[in-house]
Amino acid sequence: MTELIRLSAAALAQKLASREISAVEATQAHLDRIAHVDGGDDGVHAFLHVNTDEALAVAAGVDKARANSEELHALAGVPIAVKDLIVTKGQPTTAGSKILEGWHSPYDATVIRRLRAAGMPILGKTNLDEFAMGSSTEHSAYGPTRNPWDLDRIPGGSGGGSAAAVAAFEAPLALGTDTGGSIRQPGAVTGTVGVKPTYGGVSRYGAIAMASSLDQIGPVSRTVLDSALLHEVIGGHDPNDSTSLTDPLGALVEAARLGNVEGMRIGVIKELQGEGYQAGVLTRFQESLELLRGAGAEIVEVSCPNFEYALGAYYLIMPSEASSNLAKYDGVRFGLRVVPDGAPTIERVMGATRAAGFGDEVKRRIILGTYALSAGYYAAYYGSAQKVRTLIQRDFDNAFKQADVLISPTAPTTAFKLGEKLNDPLAMYLNDVATIPANMAGVPGLSLPGGLADEDGLPVGIQLLAPARQDARLYRVGAVLESLLEASWGGPLLDRAPALRPDVLGSNGAADRVETSTAGGTN
Amino acid sequence: MVMATEEILSFEEALEKYDPVLGFEVHVELNTQTKMFSSAPNAFGDTPNTNVTPVDLGLPGVLPVVNRVAVESSIKIGLALGCKIAEKCYFARKNYFYPDTPKNFQTSQYDDPIAYDGSIDIELADGTVFTVEIERAHMEEDAGKLTHMGGSTGRIHGAEFSLVDYNRAGVPLVEIVTKPIVGAGARAPELAKAYVAAIREIVKNLGVSDAKMERGNVRCDANVSLKPKGQEKFGTRTETKNVNSLRAVEHAVRYEIQRHAAVLDSGTPITQETRHWHEDTRSTTSGRPKSDADDYRYFPEPDLVPIVTTEDWIERLRAELPEPPAERRKRLQQDWGYSDAEFRDVVNAGVMSSIEDTIAAGVKPAVARKWWMGEISRRAKVADVEPSELGVTPELIVELNSLIESGKINDKLSREVLDGVLAGEGTPTEVVEARGLAVVSDDGPLLEAIDAALAAQPDVADKIRGGKVQAVGAIVGGVMKATRGQADAGRVRELILQRLGVEG
Repeated sequence: MTELIRLSAAALAQKLASREISAVEATQAHLDRIAHVDGGDDGVHAFLHVNTDEALAVAAGVDKARANSEELHALAGVPIAVKDLIVTKGQPTTAGSKILEGWHSPYDATVIRRLRAAGMPILGKTNLDEFAMGSSTEHSAYGPTRNPWDLDRIPGGSGGGSAAAVAAFEAPLALGTDTGGSIRQPGAVTGTVGVKPTYGGVSRYGAIAMASSLDQIGPVSRTVLDSALLHEVIGGHDPNDSTSLTDPLGALVEAARLGNVEGMRIGVIKELQGEGYQAGVLTRFQESLELLRGAGAEIVEVSCPNFEYALGAYYLIMPSEASSNLAKYDGVRFGLRVVPDGAPTIERVMGATRAAGFGDEVKRRIILGTYALSAGYYAAYYGSAQKVRTLIQRDFDNAFKQADVLISPTAPTTAFKLGEKLNDPLAMYLNDVATIPANMAGVPGLSLPGGLADEDGLPVGIQLLAPARQDARLYRVGAVLESLLEASWGGPLLDRAPALRPDVLGSNGAADRVETSTAGGTN
Repeated sequence: MVMATEEILSFEEALEKYDPVLGFEVHVELNTQTKMFSSAPNAFGDTPNTNVTPVDLGLPGVLPVVNRVAVESSIKIGLALGCKIAEKCYFARKNYFYPDTPKNFQTSQYDDPIAYDGSIDIELADGTVFTVEIERAHMEEDAGKLTHMGGSTGRIHGAEFSLVDYNRAGVPLVEIVTKPIVGAGARAPELAKAYVAAIREIVKNLGVSDAKMERGNVRCDANVSLKPKGQEKFGTRTETKNVNSLRAVEHAVRYEIQRHAAVLDSGTPITQETRHWHEDTRSTTSGRPKSDADDYRYFPEPDLVPIVTTEDWIERLRAELPEPPAERRKRLQQDWGYSDAEFRDVVNAGVMSSIEDTIAAGVKPAVARKWWMGEISRRAKVADVEPSELGVTPELIVELNSLIESGKINDKLSREVLDGVLAGEGTPTEVVEARGLAVVSDDGPLLEAIDAALAAQPDVADKIRGGKVQAVGAIVGGVMKATRGQADAGRVRELILQRLGVEG
């Protein structure tokens, strides 16, 4: 079964279609892997809930349908993990918060309905920073997720659970959400692929809102093609989401399969490199540029001068929307209710519930957002931030006149140690400096593994950005870069990840692991 | 009757010293099939918390979707109020914590309402016309309904707990806001009532609301301020919330004018606040302080896209507008030939449309009025319903009337026939047969009854013989009683006079 869990979703789908393996076998293999590596003090802890019975039942249904030669979706029987910010019937949904502990949604998110329609067994719900607020998954009320590359390090965030699950071969695919980089930054630090689609490209219905104008659900996977496959399952118009685009998605899988950069102009964003970026990150980034140039792309430099203000504006708009979106957690209708001693008026119940139910980072953002929207401050804060947002959009418009796609490192550093930045919110926020502009402008972004940094042997992410509605370009360029890089490494980057619990796993671990100190590079 | 909790001045004295300035915020619940932002039914009176979807409960992950019909109804209201319609407008979130608001924010409109800058002419009973300027009409969602339990008053103060019904949460509302109304003087209370009545009539006529004030379909917040005569600057206002009958609007405005005058006379400034209206004492009490800086932290609703109105769309809606109520009334009065007094009574009784339908079905205007203002209104009053709700159809009146005109039944019997029809016994003709109600037209039994009646009242008979023909009524009455009303009174009179040898 070890080989089975290491298969890409596309390869797994093929074996399922050819009946070489069954969906139940595939699902069980991943459930076994979860049982083996996820729990315990030094487990990955990617999952908050494992959905064993339903996943196996769905898989059995797929096998039966296949036996009856029924028409099946290409990914039918390919299991998937779901970030616990997305509501699911039949499983708890916590958003990583105590305030939703034990809550079960009576409805499925649109993306979940689409997964079910495709016959994809849902393995469980993955860990995240509480309400997706964080870049390390340390702000989860249920304990941090660990990076499979180094269990003492963060897996990124907020979608650290989904990225770690995929990196640790607990799932071939996962769903994430990306408000300021929560899919792409975890992808970067775990050596996986993550895509934030164009805003409106995937329905947000059923994704618990942090900042509605920035949030977007997207795929998490180990290969560019796998993300394209999943993107096509979950994407497309949804009448339940008024901000959902009515345009067709574009041929994403086809773009990933064709993969050709000849004659394409790829713009290096001047402002997203240099100071604040780890040397090893920049080295791997330069190598990727060389590979693309070698494949026939024209590398140009573009300037986005207003990106400098993106982080500041983001930390006004995001908390403003979050302060309003999180008002509904008050103990009145669902979730935690704390009744204080004495005469519990509704105000006191709401106050006590929110005081006990929300963690510090959530409270910080609610307070910040409430302040930014207050009378007398609105124009200076929220108003100014919206103007910056317009300027960022113009920067993108200008950049995309000079380049077909843009490229940057996904995150300024590799994975930092658990606890290292927990008490320094500003340092934590800086992780998203390169990912936030895409959310502010609504454009799509993809992060793929760019190798390992020389100084720490940890994964580096390369980010591609495309104009709104041109998600296909990300897959087209991403697939090329991925194949060039893998050729240079002699296999997928994750082959170099340490085996988890090798004492128990024995030879099941990655056989060809190389010393992290010498990994990476194109040598 | 007025049991004021605070000092008030007499209305006359208040008006001598001060000019009232009015302003109204009228909330109109739209009668769409579904709610403003969800597919839950928009229905009144159902079991609590049954007309809800995850969206109405504000569950995690939900998103709103705008009801197109509600937008069209809002545009129609705007057009009927002579407003401009915004080419592009947005929804906004009004943030405040309250358990009847599932998301703890209300989705409303703030900077840019769908309709703005309108005006309507309000005609008072004596024909005086006031023009009321409309500042804006904007779309929003209603809140749920709280019921406070355990207290003696049903109010939140003293309650042990509260129940909340979210059936109403998300019902589409249009809030119509006037500009300050100056110059009404002593007619301010009357104008207040007439304004709310006009709004109610307009939205009902448009078909966009059930417009039942007793159900909260139309709810009025009345703003009142006074300024000393001759002063330009407006005084401090109070906002009396949820004044929910036309009469109460009139009384509340009147009361607040009197109260403000007393406060100002005492040299105290008016506190800017909301007021609660109490129908029992016909007075207001202090609510919560309200300043113009109430901080609702409005910001554009990021879950909804702007509403863009095209000219084609607006013109199509404009073409669908019914005749405005004031014009329609003018036309109908002329067509029917009713006097001003007659027509006003018809309008006040709320039977104008019923009469219109009944005339269209084939009776004369006078006959239609006789039925709707007489027997049907009487029954409605007894049953405490609107005349139109009794189930009397125009066709029924036409048939009853033709039975009377053909002499088969008389007026008295027609009421009994109506009883039978409303009791589900069939058509008027069937009821006449089944109940044996036809007028007795055979002279034989009538003559017997006449003889008996004359014998019973010989003195009356003598008077008639002596030429006092008007005394015949007493004998007619005796005959009608004896025949249980089933005789044609005219024929009876004729026969009596014949019998006594007197010329009719």
